[in-house]
Amino acid sequence: MTPKRKFPFHILVFLAPAVLIYTVFMIYPLLDSLRLSFFAPNAEGVSAFVGFNNYNTLFNDPNYSVRMWGALRNNLVFFAIHMLVQNPIGLLLAALLSARVVRGRTFFRTLIFTPTILSVVLVGFIWRLILSPLWGREVLGSLGITPEPWLGLQDSALPALALISVWQYIGIPMMLFLAALIAIPDEIVEAAQVDGATGIGIFFRIKLPLILPTVGIVSVLTFVGNFNAFDLVYTTQTALAGPNFATDLLGTFFYRTFFGFQLQAGNPTMGATIAGVMFAIILVGVLLYLFGFQRRLLRNDIQL
Amino acid sequence: MIKPAPFAAASRTLQLIGMHVLLIAYTCVALFPVVLVVLNSFKARNAIFRTPYAFPTAETFSLVGYETVFERAAFPSYFLNSLIVTVGALVLIFFAGTMAAHALAEYKFPGNTFLGLYLALGIMVPIRLGTVSLLRLIVTLDLADTLLALILVYTAMGLPLAVFVLSQFMRQIPRDLKDAARVDGASEYRIYWLILPLIRPALGTVMVFNMIPIWNDLWFPLILAPSEANKTVTLGAQTFLGQFVNDWNAVLASLTLSAVPVIILYILFSRQLIRGLTAGAVK
Repeated sequence: MTPKRKFPFHILVFLAPAVLIYTVFMIYPLLDSLRLSFFAPNAEGVSAFVGFNNYNTLFNDPNYSVRMWGALRNNLVFFAIHMLVQNPIGLLLAALLSARVVRGRTFFRTLIFTPTILSVVLVGFIWRLILSPLWGREVLGSLGITPEPWLGLQDSALPALALISVWQYIGIPMMLFLAALIAIPDEIVEAAQVDGATGIGIFFRIKLPLILPTVGIVSVLTFVGNFNAFDLVYTTQTALAGPNFATDLLGTFFYRTFFGFQLQAGNPTMGATIAGVMFAIILVGVLLYLFGFQRRLLRNDIQL
Repeated sequence: MIKPAPFAAASRTLQLIGMHVLLIAYTCVALFPVVLVVLNSFKARNAIFRTPYAFPTAETFSLVGYETVFERAAFPSYFLNSLIVTVGALVLIFFAGTMAAHALAEYKFPGNTFLGLYLALGIMVPIRLGTVSLLRLIVTLDLADTLLALILVYTAMGLPLAVFVLSQFMRQIPRDLKDAARVDGASEYRIYWLILPLIRPALGTVMVFNMIPIWNDLWFPLILAPSEANKTVTLGAQTFLGQFVNDWNAVLASLTLSAVPVIILYILFSRQLIRGLTAGAVK
Protein backbone atom coordinates (compact mmCIF):
# COMPACT_ATOMS: atom_id res chain seq x y z
CA MET A 1 0.00 0.00 0.00
CA THR A 2 1.36 3.38 -0.89
CA PRO A 3 1.28 6.06 1.76
CA LYS A 4 -1.09 8.92 1.06
CA ARG A 5 0.91 11.56 -0.84
CA LYS A 6 1.29 15.03 0.57
CA PHE A 7 0.22 17.92 -1.64
CA PRO A 8 3.38 18.78 -3.59
CA PHE A 9 3.90 22.32 -2.37
CA HIS A 10 7.49 22.34 -3.61
CA ILE A 11 6.30 22.19 -7.24
CA LEU A 12 4.26 25.35 -6.68
CA VAL A 13 7.21 27.05 -5.01
CA PHE A 14 9.49 26.17 -7.93
CA LEU A 15 7.03 27.38 -10.56
CA ALA A 16 5.57 30.45 -8.89
CA PRO A 17 8.27 33.11 -9.51
CA ALA A 18 8.67 32.40 -13.23
CA VAL A 19 4.97 31.94 -13.94
CA LEU A 20 4.09 35.05 -11.95
CA ILE A 21 6.63 37.43 -13.50
CA TYR A 22 6.02 36.07 -16.99
CA THR A 23 2.24 36.26 -16.71
CA VAL A 24 2.11 39.72 -15.15
CA PHE A 25 4.74 41.43 -17.30
CA MET A 26 4.38 39.61 -20.60
CA ILE A 27 1.16 37.68 -21.16
CA TYR A 28 -1.14 40.14 -19.37
CA PRO A 29 0.19 43.23 -21.23
CA LEU A 30 -0.04 41.41 -24.57
CA LEU A 31 -3.64 40.34 -23.98
CA ASP A 32 -4.68 43.64 -22.41
CA SER A 33 -3.14 45.54 -25.32
CA LEU A 34 -5.20 43.41 -27.72
CA ARG A 35 -8.29 44.20 -25.62
CA LEU A 36 -7.54 47.93 -25.72
CA SER A 37 -7.45 47.84 -29.51
CA PHE A 38 -11.24 47.24 -29.39
CA PHE A 39 -11.86 50.32 -27.23
CA ALA A 40 -11.81 54.05 -27.87
CA PRO A 41 -12.51 57.09 -25.69
CA ASN A 42 -16.04 58.43 -26.38
CA ALA A 43 -17.16 62.08 -26.31
CA GLU A 44 -16.87 62.23 -22.50
CA GLY A 45 -13.42 60.71 -22.66
CA VAL A 46 -14.61 57.43 -21.16
CA SER A 47 -13.28 54.29 -22.76
CA ALA A 48 -15.99 52.40 -24.63
CA PHE A 49 -16.13 49.20 -26.67
CA VAL A 50 -16.08 49.94 -30.40
CA GLY A 51 -15.62 46.52 -31.99
CA PHE A 52 -13.36 46.54 -35.01
CA ASN A 53 -13.74 50.29 -35.53
CA ASN A 54 -10.11 51.08 -34.71
CA TYR A 55 -8.91 48.51 -37.23
CA ASN A 56 -11.30 49.96 -39.79
CA THR A 57 -9.93 53.46 -39.11
CA LEU A 58 -6.37 52.24 -39.35
CA PHE A 59 -6.81 50.77 -42.82
CA ASN A 60 -9.44 53.11 -44.31
CA ASP A 61 -9.28 56.57 -42.69
CA PRO A 62 -6.72 58.59 -44.71
CA ASN A 63 -5.36 60.09 -41.46
CA TYR A 64 -3.99 56.66 -40.62
CA SER A 65 -4.25 54.48 -43.71
CA VAL A 66 -1.65 56.37 -45.77
CA ARG A 67 0.98 55.80 -43.07
CA MET A 68 -0.27 52.30 -42.30
CA TRP A 69 0.01 51.03 -45.87
CA GLY A 70 3.28 52.92 -46.27
CA ALA A 71 4.78 51.32 -43.16
CA LEU A 72 3.55 47.90 -44.23
CA ARG A 73 5.07 48.29 -47.70
CA ASN A 74 8.36 49.56 -46.26
CA ASN A 75 8.44 46.69 -43.79
CA LEU A 76 7.99 44.19 -46.61
CA VAL A 77 10.84 45.79 -48.57
CA PHE A 78 12.97 45.76 -45.40
CA PHE A 79 12.24 42.04 -44.94
CA ALA A 80 12.84 41.23 -48.62
CA ILE A 81 16.28 42.87 -48.53
CA HIS A 82 17.20 40.81 -45.47
CA MET A 83 16.05 37.59 -47.12
CA LEU A 84 17.85 38.34 -50.39
CA VAL A 85 21.09 39.77 -49.00
CA GLN A 86 21.59 38.81 -45.36
CA ASN A 87 20.65 35.15 -45.48
CA PRO A 88 22.45 34.14 -48.71
CA ILE A 89 25.66 35.93 -47.64
CA GLY A 90 25.27 34.41 -44.18
CA LEU A 91 25.03 30.98 -45.81
CA LEU A 92 28.08 31.64 -47.99
CA LEU A 93 30.14 32.70 -44.95
CA ALA A 94 28.95 29.64 -43.04
CA ALA A 95 29.90 27.40 -45.97
CA LEU A 96 33.39 28.91 -46.01
CA LEU A 97 33.74 28.62 -42.23
CA SER A 98 32.64 24.98 -42.23
CA ALA A 99 35.32 23.95 -44.72
CA ARG A 100 38.05 22.02 -42.92
CA VAL A 101 40.69 23.38 -45.29
CA VAL A 102 40.19 26.95 -44.10
CA ARG A 103 42.67 28.18 -41.50
CA GLY A 104 41.67 30.32 -38.53
CA ARG A 105 37.98 29.48 -38.65
CA THR A 106 37.31 30.40 -34.99
CA PHE A 107 39.16 33.67 -35.48
CA PHE A 108 37.10 34.71 -38.54
CA ARG A 109 33.87 33.52 -36.95
CA THR A 110 34.43 35.59 -33.80
CA LEU A 111 35.38 38.75 -35.71
CA ILE A 112 32.53 38.56 -38.24
CA PHE A 113 30.04 38.18 -35.38
CA THR A 114 31.25 41.39 -33.63
CA PRO A 115 28.71 43.87 -35.14
CA THR A 116 25.84 41.68 -33.93
CA ILE A 117 26.68 42.30 -30.28
CA LEU A 118 26.76 46.10 -30.60
CA SER A 119 23.72 48.18 -29.75
CA VAL A 120 21.68 49.40 -32.68
CA VAL A 121 22.20 52.97 -31.47
CA LEU A 122 25.95 52.64 -31.96
CA VAL A 123 25.59 50.90 -35.30
CA GLY A 124 23.15 53.53 -36.55
CA PHE A 125 25.41 56.42 -35.59
CA ILE A 126 28.57 54.78 -36.88
CA TRP A 127 26.97 54.40 -40.31
CA ARG A 128 25.44 57.85 -40.17
CA LEU A 129 28.96 59.23 -39.79
CA ILE A 130 30.41 57.06 -42.55
CA LEU A 131 27.58 57.94 -44.96
CA SER A 132 27.55 61.63 -44.06
CA PRO A 133 28.88 63.97 -46.76
CA LEU A 134 31.44 65.36 -44.30
CA TRP A 135 33.20 62.07 -43.84
CA GLY A 136 31.90 60.11 -46.79
CA ARG A 137 34.05 61.86 -49.36
CA GLU A 138 37.23 60.93 -47.53
CA VAL A 139 36.21 57.55 -46.11
CA LEU A 140 34.26 56.03 -49.01
CA GLY A 141 36.06 58.03 -51.69
CA SER A 142 39.33 56.32 -50.85
CA LEU A 143 37.59 52.97 -51.36
CA GLY A 144 36.54 54.05 -54.85
CA ILE A 145 32.90 54.69 -53.94
CA THR A 146 31.34 58.02 -54.87
CA PRO A 147 29.31 58.96 -51.82
CA GLU A 148 25.81 60.36 -51.97
CA PRO A 149 23.67 61.28 -48.97
CA TRP A 150 21.94 57.89 -49.22
CA LEU A 151 20.22 58.18 -45.86
CA GLY A 152 18.73 61.53 -46.85
CA LEU A 153 17.34 60.61 -50.27
CA GLN A 154 13.84 59.27 -50.51
CA ASP A 155 14.67 56.44 -52.90
CA SER A 156 17.77 55.17 -51.20
CA ALA A 157 17.11 55.72 -47.49
CA LEU A 158 15.17 52.50 -46.89
CA PRO A 159 17.54 50.17 -48.79
CA ALA A 160 20.49 51.88 -47.08
CA LEU A 161 18.98 51.27 -43.64
CA ALA A 162 18.14 47.69 -44.53
CA LEU A 163 21.74 47.09 -45.60
CA ILE A 164 23.04 48.60 -42.35
CA SER A 165 20.76 46.20 -40.49
CA VAL A 166 22.04 43.33 -42.67
CA TRP A 167 25.62 44.34 -41.85
CA GLN A 168 24.80 44.21 -38.15
CA TYR A 169 22.79 40.99 -37.94
CA ILE A 170 24.45 38.77 -40.54
CA GLY A 171 26.23 36.95 -37.71
CA ILE A 172 23.04 35.22 -36.61
CA PRO A 173 22.15 33.38 -39.85
CA MET A 174 25.86 32.68 -40.30
CA MET A 175 26.09 30.93 -36.92
CA LEU A 176 22.86 28.97 -37.36
CA PHE A 177 23.84 27.77 -40.85
CA LEU A 178 27.33 26.96 -39.60
CA ALA A 179 25.95 24.79 -36.81
CA ALA A 180 23.74 22.90 -39.26
CA LEU A 181 26.59 22.40 -41.74
CA ILE A 182 28.95 21.10 -39.04
CA ALA A 183 26.30 18.61 -37.91
CA ILE A 184 26.19 16.88 -41.32
CA PRO A 185 27.84 13.47 -40.88
CA ASP A 186 31.17 13.07 -42.67
CA GLU A 187 30.10 9.73 -44.20
CA ILE A 188 27.45 11.42 -46.34
CA VAL A 189 29.96 13.85 -47.82
CA GLU A 190 32.57 11.12 -48.28
CA ALA A 191 30.06 8.90 -50.07
CA ALA A 192 29.30 11.76 -52.45
CA GLN A 193 33.01 12.30 -53.07
CA VAL A 194 33.45 8.63 -53.93
CA ASP A 195 30.63 9.08 -56.42
CA GLY A 196 32.67 11.86 -58.03
CA ALA A 197 30.86 14.94 -56.71
CA THR A 198 32.96 18.07 -56.25
CA GLY A 199 32.90 20.93 -53.72
CA ILE A 200 30.19 23.13 -55.18
CA GLY A 201 28.12 20.17 -56.35
CA ILE A 202 28.24 18.62 -52.87
CA PHE A 203 27.13 21.90 -51.36
CA PHE A 204 24.06 22.39 -53.55
CA ARG A 205 22.99 18.77 -54.06
CA ILE A 206 23.72 17.32 -50.63
CA LYS A 207 24.37 19.89 -47.93
CA LEU A 208 21.76 22.48 -48.85
CA PRO A 209 18.82 20.01 -48.81
CA LEU A 210 20.05 18.69 -45.46
CA ILE A 211 20.08 22.12 -43.84
CA LEU A 212 16.61 23.13 -45.10
CA PRO A 213 15.19 23.09 -41.54
CA THR A 214 17.70 25.80 -40.64
CA VAL A 215 16.66 27.83 -43.69
CA GLY A 216 13.17 27.77 -42.18
CA ILE A 217 14.33 28.80 -38.70
CA VAL A 218 16.47 31.63 -40.11
CA SER A 219 13.57 32.86 -42.24
CA VAL A 220 11.10 32.94 -39.37
CA LEU A 221 13.61 34.65 -37.05
CA THR A 222 14.31 37.26 -39.73
CA PHE A 223 10.58 37.76 -40.20
CA VAL A 224 9.83 38.28 -36.51
CA GLY A 225 12.85 40.55 -36.04
CA ASN A 226 12.07 42.69 -39.09
CA PHE A 227 8.39 43.21 -38.35
CA ASN A 228 9.32 44.28 -34.84
CA ALA A 229 12.22 46.59 -35.86
CA PHE A 230 12.34 50.10 -34.46
CA ASP A 231 15.70 51.09 -32.97
CA LEU A 232 17.69 51.58 -36.16
CA VAL A 233 15.17 53.88 -37.82
CA TYR A 234 14.63 55.82 -34.57
CA THR A 235 18.38 56.28 -34.12
CA THR A 236 19.27 57.37 -37.62
CA GLN A 237 16.09 59.09 -38.83
CA THR A 238 14.25 59.93 -35.56
CA ALA A 239 10.65 58.79 -34.95
CA LEU A 240 9.58 60.76 -38.04
CA ALA A 241 11.27 58.10 -40.18
CA GLY A 242 12.31 60.55 -42.86
CA PRO A 243 12.83 61.62 -45.53
CA ASN A 244 9.07 62.04 -45.97
CA PHE A 245 8.32 58.77 -44.10
CA ALA A 246 10.37 56.77 -46.62
CA THR A 247 11.84 54.66 -43.80
CA ASP A 248 8.70 54.36 -41.68
CA LEU A 249 8.32 50.81 -40.37
CA LEU A 250 5.45 49.39 -38.31
CA GLY A 251 7.57 49.84 -35.17
CA THR A 252 8.14 53.59 -35.71
CA PHE A 253 4.50 54.09 -36.77
CA PHE A 254 3.42 52.32 -33.57
CA TYR A 255 5.72 54.53 -31.46
CA ARG A 256 4.53 57.79 -33.08
CA THR A 257 0.87 56.87 -32.78
CA PHE A 258 1.18 55.75 -29.17
CA PHE A 259 3.29 58.67 -27.89
CA GLY A 260 2.36 61.37 -30.36
CA PHE A 261 4.80 63.54 -32.30
CA GLN A 262 5.02 67.22 -33.16
CA LEU A 263 1.43 68.53 -33.00
CA GLN A 264 -0.39 65.21 -32.93
CA ALA A 265 -1.25 63.92 -29.46
CA GLY A 266 -0.53 60.32 -28.53
CA ASN A 267 -3.36 57.83 -28.90
CA PRO A 268 -2.98 54.66 -26.77
CA THR A 269 -5.91 52.75 -28.24
CA MET A 270 -4.81 53.37 -31.85
CA GLY A 271 -1.28 52.44 -30.74
CA ALA A 272 -2.66 49.19 -29.34
CA THR A 273 -4.46 48.66 -32.66
CA ILE A 274 -1.20 48.92 -34.61
CA ALA A 275 0.41 46.54 -32.11
CA GLY A 276 -2.56 44.24 -32.77
CA VAL A 277 -1.86 44.26 -36.51
CA MET A 278 1.85 43.59 -35.87
CA PHE A 279 0.86 40.73 -33.57
CA ALA A 280 -1.38 39.24 -36.27
CA ILE A 281 1.36 39.55 -38.92
CA ILE A 282 3.96 37.88 -36.69
CA LEU A 283 1.49 35.18 -35.66
CA VAL A 284 0.65 34.37 -39.29
CA GLY A 285 4.37 34.19 -40.11
CA VAL A 286 5.13 31.86 -37.21
CA LEU A 287 2.11 29.64 -37.91
CA LEU A 288 2.96 29.42 -41.61
CA TYR A 289 6.41 28.25 -40.59
CA LEU A 290 5.17 25.75 -37.99
CA PHE A 291 2.39 24.21 -40.06
CA GLY A 292 3.67 24.71 -43.58
CA PHE A 293 7.41 24.54 -43.65
CA GLN A 294 8.17 22.30 -40.72
CA ARG A 295 5.42 19.78 -41.37
CA ARG A 296 6.39 19.36 -45.00
CA LEU A 297 9.97 18.72 -43.94
CA LEU A 298 8.84 16.11 -41.43
CA ARG A 299 6.73 14.36 -44.06
CA ASN A 300 9.72 14.10 -46.35
CA ASP A 301 11.81 12.74 -43.50
CA ILE A 302 14.53 15.28 -44.07
CA GLN A 303 15.44 15.79 -40.49
CA LEU A 304 18.68 16.46 -38.75
CA MET B 1 43.79 5.62 -56.94
CA ILE B 2 44.53 7.92 -59.81
CA LYS B 3 46.90 10.74 -58.99
CA PRO B 4 45.21 14.15 -59.35
CA ALA B 5 46.39 15.90 -62.49
CA PRO B 6 48.63 18.95 -61.91
CA PHE B 7 45.83 21.13 -63.28
CA ALA B 8 43.41 19.87 -60.63
CA ALA B 9 45.94 20.50 -57.87
CA ALA B 10 46.51 24.05 -59.06
CA SER B 11 42.80 24.76 -59.20
CA ARG B 12 42.41 23.36 -55.67
CA THR B 13 45.08 25.79 -54.43
CA LEU B 14 43.38 28.66 -56.24
CA GLN B 15 40.08 27.69 -54.67
CA LEU B 16 41.68 27.61 -51.24
CA ILE B 17 43.20 31.06 -51.71
CA GLY B 18 39.87 32.36 -52.97
CA MET B 19 38.08 31.12 -49.86
CA HIS B 20 40.54 32.85 -47.55
CA VAL B 21 40.40 36.08 -49.57
CA LEU B 22 36.59 36.11 -49.31
CA LEU B 23 36.71 35.60 -45.55
CA ILE B 24 39.37 38.27 -45.02
CA ALA B 25 37.42 40.69 -47.20
CA TYR B 26 34.20 40.16 -45.26
CA THR B 27 36.00 40.42 -41.93
CA CYS B 28 37.26 43.84 -43.06
CA VAL B 29 33.72 44.87 -44.00
CA ALA B 30 32.50 43.78 -40.56
CA LEU B 31 35.25 45.51 -38.62
CA PHE B 32 36.26 48.63 -40.54
CA PRO B 33 33.39 50.86 -39.29
CA VAL B 34 34.12 49.98 -35.66
CA VAL B 35 37.88 50.39 -36.02
CA LEU B 36 37.38 53.69 -37.83
CA VAL B 37 35.31 55.10 -34.98
CA VAL B 38 37.65 53.96 -32.20
CA LEU B 39 40.71 55.20 -34.12
CA ASN B 40 39.30 58.65 -34.81
CA SER B 41 37.96 59.17 -31.31
CA PHE B 42 41.57 59.81 -30.26
CA LYS B 43 42.26 62.44 -32.91
CA ALA B 44 41.88 66.18 -33.22
CA ARG B 45 39.01 67.47 -35.34
CA ASN B 46 41.05 68.34 -38.40
CA ALA B 47 42.72 64.96 -38.54
CA ILE B 48 39.37 63.17 -38.30
CA PHE B 49 38.32 64.67 -41.63
CA ARG B 50 41.67 64.88 -43.43
CA THR B 51 43.15 61.49 -42.65
CA PRO B 52 40.40 59.23 -41.30
CA TYR B 53 42.41 56.04 -41.86
CA ALA B 54 45.63 57.18 -40.19
CA PHE B 55 46.54 56.13 -36.67
CA PRO B 56 46.64 59.03 -34.21
CA THR B 57 50.16 60.51 -34.12
CA ALA B 58 51.79 62.79 -31.56
CA GLU B 59 50.49 65.74 -33.57
CA THR B 60 46.94 64.58 -34.16
CA PHE B 61 46.33 62.85 -30.82
CA SER B 62 43.60 64.51 -28.77
CA LEU B 63 41.25 63.56 -25.97
CA VAL B 64 39.01 66.58 -26.38
CA GLY B 65 36.06 64.36 -27.30
CA TYR B 66 36.32 62.35 -24.10
CA GLU B 67 36.61 65.57 -22.09
CA THR B 68 33.32 66.84 -23.57
CA VAL B 69 31.62 63.52 -22.91
CA PHE B 70 32.62 63.46 -19.25
CA GLU B 71 31.72 67.13 -18.76
CA ARG B 72 28.33 67.03 -20.47
CA ALA B 73 26.99 63.54 -19.94
CA ALA B 74 26.81 61.32 -16.87
CA PHE B 75 28.31 58.26 -18.57
CA PRO B 76 29.51 56.69 -15.28
CA SER B 77 25.96 56.87 -13.97
CA TYR B 78 24.59 55.44 -17.26
CA PHE B 79 27.00 52.54 -16.93
CA LEU B 80 25.97 51.90 -13.37
CA ASN B 81 22.28 51.90 -14.37
CA SER B 82 22.92 49.48 -17.24
CA LEU B 83 24.90 47.28 -14.89
CA ILE B 84 22.15 47.26 -12.23
CA VAL B 85 19.44 46.50 -14.79
CA THR B 86 21.39 43.78 -16.60
CA VAL B 87 22.71 42.04 -13.51
CA GLY B 88 19.35 42.39 -11.71
CA ALA B 89 17.45 40.83 -14.62
CA LEU B 90 20.04 38.06 -15.05
CA VAL B 91 19.88 37.13 -11.36
CA LEU B 92 16.08 36.94 -11.50
CA ILE B 93 16.18 34.96 -14.75
CA PHE B 94 18.70 32.64 -13.12
CA PHE B 95 16.62 31.81 -10.03
CA ALA B 96 13.12 31.92 -11.51
CA GLY B 97 14.31 30.17 -14.70
CA THR B 98 16.23 27.31 -13.10
CA MET B 99 13.47 26.68 -10.54
CA ALA B 100 10.71 26.52 -13.18
CA ALA B 101 12.87 24.43 -15.52
CA HIS B 102 13.60 22.02 -12.67
CA ALA B 103 9.89 21.65 -11.87
CA LEU B 104 9.02 21.01 -15.52
CA ALA B 105 11.84 18.52 -16.03
CA GLU B 106 11.62 16.66 -12.73
CA TYR B 107 7.99 16.29 -11.69
CA LYS B 108 4.97 14.73 -13.35
CA PHE B 109 1.94 16.83 -12.54
CA PRO B 110 -1.28 17.65 -14.38
CA GLY B 111 -0.71 20.52 -16.80
CA ASN B 112 3.04 20.00 -17.08
CA THR B 113 3.04 19.98 -20.90
CA PHE B 114 0.58 22.85 -21.06
CA LEU B 115 2.67 24.96 -18.71
CA GLY B 116 5.80 24.24 -20.75
CA LEU B 117 4.04 25.41 -23.91
CA TYR B 118 2.59 28.45 -22.11
CA LEU B 119 6.03 29.55 -20.97
CA ALA B 120 7.50 28.88 -24.43
CA LEU B 121 4.97 31.19 -26.15
CA GLY B 122 7.11 34.19 -25.30
CA ILE B 123 10.04 32.89 -27.37
CA MET B 124 8.36 33.96 -30.60
CA VAL B 125 6.06 36.82 -29.51
CA PRO B 126 7.94 40.11 -28.97
CA ILE B 127 7.08 41.67 -25.60
CA ARG B 128 7.20 45.11 -27.26
CA LEU B 129 3.77 44.55 -28.75
CA GLY B 130 2.27 44.81 -25.26
CA THR B 131 3.92 48.17 -24.56
CA VAL B 132 0.70 50.20 -24.33
CA SER B 133 -0.64 48.06 -21.49
CA LEU B 134 2.79 47.46 -19.99
CA LEU B 135 3.26 51.20 -19.49
CA ARG B 136 -0.17 51.44 -17.80
CA LEU B 137 0.67 48.50 -15.58
CA ILE B 138 4.01 50.00 -14.58
CA VAL B 139 2.34 53.32 -13.75
CA THR B 140 -0.37 51.53 -11.71
CA LEU B 141 2.27 49.61 -9.77
CA ASP B 142 4.00 52.93 -9.07
CA LEU B 143 7.13 51.69 -10.84
CA ALA B 144 7.22 54.35 -13.56
CA ASP B 145 10.72 55.65 -14.24
CA THR B 146 12.47 53.11 -12.03
CA LEU B 147 15.18 50.61 -12.81
CA LEU B 148 13.06 47.91 -11.13
CA ALA B 149 10.46 48.28 -13.90
CA LEU B 150 13.16 47.52 -16.49
CA ILE B 151 14.47 44.58 -14.45
CA LEU B 152 11.01 42.99 -14.23
CA VAL B 153 10.22 43.50 -17.91
CA TYR B 154 13.57 42.06 -19.03
CA THR B 155 13.10 39.11 -16.70
CA ALA B 156 9.72 38.37 -18.28
CA MET B 157 11.36 38.75 -21.70
CA GLY B 158 14.26 36.40 -20.93
CA LEU B 159 12.40 33.67 -19.04
CA PRO B 160 10.72 31.85 -21.96
CA LEU B 161 13.97 30.91 -23.72
CA ALA B 162 15.76 30.28 -20.42
CA VAL B 163 13.11 27.87 -19.14
CA PHE B 164 12.88 26.12 -22.52
CA VAL B 165 16.63 25.56 -22.92
CA LEU B 166 17.28 24.71 -19.26
CA SER B 167 14.42 22.23 -18.94
CA GLN B 168 15.61 20.42 -22.10
CA PHE B 169 19.05 20.22 -20.55
CA MET B 170 17.81 19.14 -17.11
CA ARG B 171 15.86 16.21 -18.58
CA GLN B 172 19.19 14.68 -19.56
CA ILE B 173 20.47 14.53 -15.96
CA PRO B 174 20.31 10.87 -14.81
CA ARG B 175 17.44 10.10 -12.44
CA ASP B 176 19.60 7.83 -10.27
CA LEU B 177 21.51 10.85 -9.06
CA LYS B 178 18.42 12.54 -7.68
CA ASP B 179 16.91 9.32 -6.33
CA ALA B 180 20.13 8.57 -4.46
CA ALA B 181 19.90 11.98 -2.83
CA ARG B 182 16.26 11.30 -1.93
CA VAL B 183 17.19 7.98 -0.29
CA ASP B 184 19.72 9.93 1.78
CA GLY B 185 16.82 12.08 2.98
CA ALA B 186 17.46 15.21 0.93
CA SER B 187 14.46 17.54 0.58
CA GLU B 188 13.19 18.52 -2.88
CA TYR B 189 14.72 21.99 -2.41
CA ARG B 190 18.06 20.44 -1.53
CA ILE B 191 17.90 18.34 -4.71
CA TYR B 192 17.32 21.46 -6.83
CA TRP B 193 20.35 23.02 -5.18
CA LEU B 194 22.46 19.92 -5.90
CA ILE B 195 21.50 19.96 -9.57
CA LEU B 196 22.48 23.58 -10.21
CA PRO B 197 26.23 22.95 -10.65
CA LEU B 198 25.46 20.20 -13.17
CA ILE B 199 23.75 22.57 -15.60
CA ARG B 200 26.59 25.08 -15.72
CA PRO B 201 27.27 24.77 -19.48
CA ALA B 202 23.65 25.46 -20.45
CA LEU B 203 23.40 28.17 -17.83
CA GLY B 204 26.39 30.09 -19.20
CA THR B 205 24.84 30.07 -22.64
CA VAL B 206 21.44 31.23 -21.40
CA MET B 207 22.96 34.08 -19.40
CA VAL B 208 25.18 35.38 -22.20
CA PHE B 209 22.26 35.08 -24.58
CA ASN B 210 20.08 37.28 -22.39
CA MET B 211 22.77 39.73 -21.45
CA ILE B 212 23.32 41.28 -24.88
CA PRO B 213 19.72 42.23 -25.78
CA ILE B 214 19.14 43.62 -22.27
CA TRP B 215 22.30 45.74 -22.29
CA ASN B 216 21.61 47.03 -25.82
CA ASP B 217 17.86 47.67 -25.61
CA LEU B 218 16.66 51.16 -26.47
CA TRP B 219 12.87 50.73 -26.52
CA PHE B 220 12.07 50.04 -22.86
CA PRO B 221 14.52 52.54 -21.31
CA LEU B 222 13.05 55.15 -23.66
CA ILE B 223 9.49 54.36 -22.59
CA LEU B 224 9.72 53.08 -19.01
CA ALA B 225 12.71 54.88 -17.47
CA PRO B 226 13.69 57.94 -19.52
CA SER B 227 14.79 60.38 -16.78
CA GLU B 228 18.42 61.46 -16.61
CA ALA B 229 18.97 59.64 -13.30
CA ASN B 230 17.75 56.30 -14.68
CA LYS B 231 19.19 56.36 -18.20
CA THR B 232 21.00 53.24 -19.36
CA VAL B 233 24.10 53.50 -21.55
CA THR B 234 22.15 52.84 -24.73
CA LEU B 235 19.58 55.56 -24.03
CA GLY B 236 22.21 57.92 -22.62
CA ALA B 237 24.32 57.54 -25.76
CA GLN B 238 21.25 58.03 -27.95
CA THR B 239 20.30 61.33 -26.23
CA PHE B 240 23.87 62.57 -26.05
CA LEU B 241 24.49 61.77 -29.71
CA GLY B 242 21.29 63.53 -30.68
CA GLN B 243 22.38 66.73 -28.92
CA PHE B 244 26.00 66.72 -30.04
CA VAL B 245 25.55 65.59 -33.66
CA ASN B 246 27.95 68.22 -34.91
CA ASP B 247 30.64 67.78 -32.30
CA TRP B 248 32.45 64.94 -34.03
CA ASN B 249 35.05 64.48 -31.31
CA ALA B 250 32.36 64.04 -28.69
CA VAL B 251 30.26 61.74 -30.89
CA LEU B 252 33.19 59.46 -31.69
CA ALA B 253 34.29 59.39 -28.06
CA SER B 254 30.85 58.52 -26.75
CA LEU B 255 30.42 55.81 -29.39
CA THR B 256 33.73 54.29 -28.36
CA LEU B 257 32.88 54.52 -24.66
CA SER B 258 29.59 52.71 -25.11
CA ALA B 259 30.97 50.04 -27.42
CA VAL B 260 34.07 49.09 -25.44
CA PRO B 261 32.41 47.37 -22.43
CA VAL B 262 30.27 45.20 -24.72
CA ILE B 263 33.27 44.28 -26.82
CA ILE B 264 35.27 43.34 -23.71
CA LEU B 265 32.38 41.17 -22.48
CA TYR B 266 32.15 39.63 -25.95
CA ILE B 267 35.84 38.75 -25.93
CA LEU B 268 35.42 37.16 -22.49
CA PHE B 269 32.24 35.23 -23.28
CA SER B 270 32.36 34.68 -27.04
CA ARG B 271 32.93 30.94 -26.56
CA GLN B 272 29.75 30.49 -24.52
CA LEU B 273 27.76 32.68 -26.87
CA ILE B 274 28.85 30.88 -30.00
CA ARG B 275 28.49 27.48 -28.40
CA GLY B 276 24.93 28.43 -27.44
CA LEU B 277 24.04 29.60 -30.92
CA THR B 278 25.40 26.49 -32.53
CA ALA B 279 23.96 24.04 -29.96
CA GLY B 280 20.49 25.58 -30.23
CA ALA B 281 20.41 25.07 -33.95
CA VAL B 282 21.37 21.42 -33.94
CA LYS B 283 18.40 20.49 -31.75
